[in-house]
Amino acid sequence: MRRTTYIVVAGVVLLFGLSWVLHAVSMSGEADGIERAFMITMAAFLTLAIYSFLYKDNPFYKFAEHLYVGVSAAYWMCQAFWSTIVGNLFPRLSEGLSNYFQQPYQASGWNITYWIPVILGIMLLMRLTEKYGWMSRWPLAMIVGTTAGLNFVRYLRSDFVVQVSSTFMPLLGEDPHRWQGFGAFISNLDLSATGQLAAIVSNWVIFFGVICGIIYFYFSKEHSGAFGRASRLGIWILMITFGASFGYTVMGRISLLVGRITFLFRDWLEIIS
Amino acid sequence: MAYLGVIISMLVIFGGLAWLLFRSIKGREVERRVIFVFIFVAVAAPILFPITFEEHASPVVKGLFDHIDTLPPGSRVLISFDYDPAMAPEVQPMANAISFHCLDRGHKVVFMSLWATGQTLLFNTLEDVIRPEFPDLIDGVDFISTGYKAGNEGVLNVIVSDFKKMFPTDVNGVPLDSAVIFDEINSCADFDLIVALGGGRPGPKEWVLFVGDPADVPIGVGVAAVVAPQLYPYYPRQIIGMLGGVKGAAEYESELAHRHERFKNMAQPGLKMMGPQTLAHIVIICFIVIGNVAFFRSRRREGR
Repeated sequence: MRRTTYIVVAGVVLLFGLSWVLHAVSMSGEADGIERAFMITMAAFLTLAIYSFLYKDNPFYKFAEHLYVGVSAAYWMCQAFWSTIVGNLFPRLSEGLSNYFQQPYQASGWNITYWIPVILGIMLLMRLTEKYGWMSRWPLAMIVGTTAGLNFVRYLRSDFVVQVSSTFMPLLGEDPHRWQGFGAFISNLDLSATGQLAAIVSNWVIFFGVICGIIYFYFSKEHSGAFGRASRLGIWILMITFGASFGYTVMGRISLLVGRITFLFRDWLEIIS
Repeated sequence: MAYLGVIISMLVIFGGLAWLLFRSIKGREVERRVIFVFIFVAVAAPILFPITFEEHASPVVKGLFDHIDTLPPGSRVLISFDYDPAMAPEVQPMANAISFHCLDRGHKVVFMSLWATGQTLLFNTLEDVIRPEFPDLIDGVDFISTGYKAGNEGVLNVIVSDFKKMFPTDVNGVPLDSAVIFDEINSCADFDLIVALGGGRPGPKEWVLFVGDPADVPIGVGVAAVVAPQLYPYYPRQIIGMLGGVKGAAEYESELAHRHERFKNMAQPGLKMMGPQTLAHIVIICFIVIGNVAFFRSRRREGR
């Protein structure tokens, strides 16, 4: 390693230690002050390590990234084991196992079919061995097949049938936003009248937006004349939709940055309350 | 002092942006790290010197708010925490506000999670909002946390017909059969409202597909901004209301503060976050303008 690298690493370690000591001193009255001080310093270090990627790729970023992936995987595995295998499966399989893990035994819940997921789970783990790796294909096929079957029915209903019917909007409005003519609209220029017009306009936008969007993706006819104009309107609708998505994405990312900066300022540097 | 800080920050940011615009017109490139510094300053300044804006609930937020507000006290509400710390800055303010609202209205609330990380964030809501604000409410009678179960859509597919089959105990290992709140709850169909909070998979979309539509239960959602556009098509037929990103959270908090006196004195992180959001968005828009100016200038120069 170069000399500069040693200096940077030593500086980070020194700052880490200093931050830990200062926080531990300020939390000396609390029972777990030293541990909390370490946690806050660690969280601040990892936050800065991840953001250091914005300058350029570096070992601190790599360390934080790998730690994050490892801790996440371990955390999910432990939670799944204790909540589902210990919490749901063992109490229905064996009284001894239930007592060992201090879970209430469910004698009425015992069913021989609960051994099937146990066997399939073990088969899935066979993937780790070279000789019996083929056995993992069976439970994997079961997972894929079950998911596909469940999703097919649910998506067909909620994302297709209901969505198609939702596109057939009442173009003249409906209660409480039924259109009562321009006379009523002009003479009642208040918030409810505006809401009435907005609801109707939005229904027209949805109706024409869907049709024009579909036309844009219809390639069996040349996009010219009225068909071409509808197709151009379709691409505009799509672009506006993508723009809205982009705007929301920016808002989401900024929120995360706000969260981390608030943590750094409030919990680590303690410069805001 | 705060106003002075805001004014100085604005001068620094917009002065810097004007300088970058001038450089761009001259045809010089802007280093990407300069953009990061501007975004950092735009976000950090309103955190150090808070700026708040008035928010009004949009119809899509009011849909969920009014539904919770008009349900008779004692109604059964299920709130699912399906998110992780990465989404927490956006979704946790919604979770806190909705949980407070439900319990303040006297509803019986069941908390659960389809994400392992959601269980810890659910614990934060219980400790930060519910126990301090509602010390008289009893765990197992007025509210209960059933915690996390692995299985994604599989969990939903079971609880839509039999809740206790998937959640035999609460998060502390107490059998649900002994919990008073579950006396009249057998499946998701017995809830008067389900609120799905999240932004990934499984999340609000799966709640609509696997529970809301098949069991005909009203679903309200609070989602991270990234997925909000994907859920708009479900409103208003398949979801009764939606809180999209921190803007949705701020609107909900504003409505809650207007209509529930107690909430005025509580932390309103969603509203606080709108200051940094606004300034950061203005800076991003300015950079889009600067980028376009630079683009058209260079194209014109190439044309010559």
